[in-house]
Amino acid sequence: MATFKEFRNNIKPNWCPGCGDFSVQAAIQRAAANVGLEPENLAVISGIGCSGRISGYINAYGLHGIHGRALPIAQGVKLANRDLTVIASGGDGDGFAIGIGHTIHAIRRNINITYVVMDNQIYGLTKGQTSPRSGEGFKTKSTPEGSIESTLSPLELAISAGATFVAQSFSSDLKQLTSLIEQGIQHEGFSLINVFSPCVTFNKVNTYDWFKEHITNLDTMPDYDPSNRTLAMTTLMDTGSMITGLIYQNKQKKCYEDLIHGFKPEALVNQSLALSETEFDNLVAEFR
Amino acid sequence: MISQLSWKIGGQQGEGVESTDRIFSTALNRLGYYLYGYRHFSSRIKGGHTNNKIRISTKPIRAISDDLDILVAFDQESIDLNAHELCSGGVIVADAKFNPTVPEGVDAKLFPVPITSIAEELGTSLMKNMVASGASWALLGLPLEVFNKAVQEEFGRKGQAIVDKNIEAVKRGADFVLELAGGPLDQFKLEPADGKQKLFMIGNDAIGLGALAAGCRIMSAYPITPASEIMEYLIKKLPKFGGTVVQTEDEIAAITMAIGSNYAGVRSMTASAGPGLSLMMEAIGLAGMTETPVVIVDTQRGGPSTGLPTKQEQSDINALIYGTHGEIPKIVISPSSIEECFYDTVEAFNLAEKYQVPVIVATDLQLSLGKQSCEMLDYNKIQIERGYIVKDIPDREDKSMFNRYAITENGISPRVLPGEKNGIHHVTGVEHDESGRPSESTVNRKRMMDKRLRKLDDLKITNPIHLHAPHTEPDLLIVGMGSTGGTIDQARLRLNGEGITSNHMTVRQLHPFPTELIMAEIKKAKKVLVFENNATGQLANLMKLHCGNHDKILNALKYDGSPFLPSEVFEECAKAAGYKPHEELVQNGNL
Ligand SMILES: Cc1ncc(C[n+]2csc(CCOP(=O)(O)OP(=O)(O)O)c2C)c(N)n1
Ligand code: SF4
Ligand SMILES: [Mg+2]
Repeated sequence: MATFKEFRNNIKPNWCPGCGDFSVQAAIQRAAANVGLEPENLAVISGIGCSGRISGYINAYGLHGIHGRALPIAQGVKLANRDLTVIASGGDGDGFAIGIGHTIHAIRRNINITYVVMDNQIYGLTKGQTSPRSGEGFKTKSTPEGSIESTLSPLELAISAGATFVAQSFSSDLKQLTSLIEQGIQHEGFSLINVFSPCVTFNKVNTYDWFKEHITNLDTMPDYDPSNRTLAMTTLMDTGSMITGLIYQNKQKKCYEDLIHGFKPEALVNQSLALSETEFDNLVAEFR
Repeated sequence: MISQLSWKIGGQQGEGVESTDRIFSTALNRLGYYLYGYRHFSSRIKGGHTNNKIRISTKPIRAISDDLDILVAFDQESIDLNAHELCSGGVIVADAKFNPTVPEGVDAKLFPVPITSIAEELGTSLMKNMVASGASWALLGLPLEVFNKAVQEEFGRKGQAIVDKNIEAVKRGADFVLELAGGPLDQFKLEPADGKQKLFMIGNDAIGLGALAAGCRIMSAYPITPASEIMEYLIKKLPKFGGTVVQTEDEIAAITMAIGSNYAGVRSMTASAGPGLSLMMEAIGLAGMTETPVVIVDTQRGGPSTGLPTKQEQSDINALIYGTHGEIPKIVISPSSIEECFYDTVEAFNLAEKYQVPVIVATDLQLSLGKQSCEMLDYNKIQIERGYIVKDIPDREDKSMFNRYAITENGISPRVLPGEKNGIHHVTGVEHDESGRPSESTVNRKRMMDKRLRKLDDLKITNPIHLHAPHTEPDLLIVGMGSTGGTIDQARLRLNGEGITSNHMTVRQLHPFPTELIMAEIKKAKKVLVFENNATGQLANLMKLHCGNHDKILNALKYDGSPFLPSEVFEECAKAAGYKPHEELVQNGNL
């Protein structure tokens, strides 16, 4: 069994010192080791942004695609090879602005992959513009007078779209984050894990201290029941989504792969491609 | 006896035009006739005039005809809109229900058949199609058993009672029209067909079947005219072979999902038309940059924007070749027949994996949707070649990443599939080094660009062009692509008769451009006339770009939404060759 060190490669991340994304990388590496993966059986598919670079920093199969499209690529990988553990990953702009359509439909589809969003409420890579996660009134290069659009609540959106696993964490809480990623990997279906991952360079409002002050860990709410969808929704609404932990999980719903008519448990990539002559003749006969 | 005939059925969309055509032509196919269909339809689902035309011949044909012998009409509008195509002595079989009349100036015989009442008497007006096709069949004097057998197969699973009802409808339609006409019409007596087994299908079916045969097991796509049939065919078939179709949220998801599956080692494709292709462009660049194979079908339709979604055009050529920013290796091929829709799709998957590039298969609406005879497809011609994929990679001491993008002489590097031990590497659309690590070094950049682009230096596809070149110094080299080839063939028969010498070239490899092959043919000809369904001469411009000879290359453009007719090709050619056709030839138009 591989240790978390075996999920490290020798590439030095080009993130700013103190960037929240470092811990997300570490948590993915630890979670992968904790659930017993070998590096070659993990595929990390990422989008574009500072956060998107993450697939290059983990010793696993990695694909760094185009802005906003990590999810469809990751779903394609999983359909082709069910034996792989697939983690999609990227920023809040990647998943909740340009890629929001894919996010909602990936949730609806419920393919068994894990989606880790590094949510810093800003566009880091392009040097500090507003994101759908920016708070109202938040001043950025693109909103010098303060953002006048509503802040998106991706977790409420996810639950209403039929999500079967919704969690949120904070990059300072490596233990909780690692555990949630493990649970996400083990969940049979699509798991969304939103991570507050501060951008120390361009977001001077939503800082580590700010998060510490504003978030409540669900572990401190003993009555919280993550299988209760209504409770999950009202809790998110009541707290302005400032909660961390496992927010909602539906263990009953089958994942997409298990529902596809004719889809086999054996990975498609390992199945034979060729049609037999009889199969071909039968197909052709339909056009006579 | 005659060797060919044209038949058309018209009515309101949704009232059985399609099914009448389907039964009638399936039965003709069983007899071994060569068929070529043309569907005129609009974007509406119910209502709006629609018509299907088929040409029936004892010899291979790949073009619609200028004229029409038999028109079956479900309403007066169908007569008013189509009767002008009838050749003199043509026949109209119309539903007596609407008191049909023949428009002034049309020399045709009208047979009013109570199509709707017969169908209703038998229980449902849905059987109009049977009455109408039975009447058509009877006029041609063809054996009823063959027709009834087709009916039996079409309705067999619904029970014998339904089959019998339909056969009765056919018989009543046939009897009624024979009574009016006094028996089958001599002028429509077809020579017997060669009896050879043929297939009868649309290009999109052939593409779907080709994909299956090529081992494609995942298709991700978003519905669009005229591509949807490919997806619909594979939705029916893929589950039997363990695969699946995903109807994605948009075309960006469609192409990126296909890229993901191909990266993970399963042959995957997407198919769309112009608007979808426009959305896919960034991802096609990703496939080029990351050297991930992917097959994309573009069934061209009228552009720009939503354009003419149900009409013929060949105006995506520039977009397919130049679309996506930056410079990537990419292959664009264009089948020109149903058979090629099948074989080219198989080949597209092989090319995509051999060269590790995106491959676009460009059809046009007429080829994708026009139902035509197709020679039996040959199982033995299907080869699956997966290219340079490495397995069982030995351990490396230094634990370095695998050189997925190793610089090689022909530019093609070893591919490993995720899951492979010792094969871990990085894949990114950012410029990268041999192991896939992002790199901005100027030296690396140049090496990598050169490596990727050199992959296609020795590209070999089965038929970059088709050539019928009987003349060493023809008056004309006639050039076309996609579905226009058959029409050009047809017109050339007439050109020969008028003493105009012509060679015919169909361009199949649109990118990279087969310059040498094409140049040689341009040189021989006095003039080059390029037929294409677009307004700016995109194919002709490509030829000029690569082969020069600007003053020799002339445009023949049609962009009103309909395919070329043989008479139009003849006229354009005659004009280009400086030939003055006789008035009456043009008017008769029976080419
Ligand atoms: C199609 C496209 N549009 C714009 C960009 C430029 N771009 C790159 S990353 C990015 C936003 C990054 O923000 P986020 O996804 O939140 O990631 P972060 O850098 O904050 O981690 C943008 C707009 C791009 N690469 N591609
Ligand atoms: S700009 Fe922000 S998000 Fe990007 S690396 Fe620096 S701290 Fe992280
Ligand atoms: Mg961000």
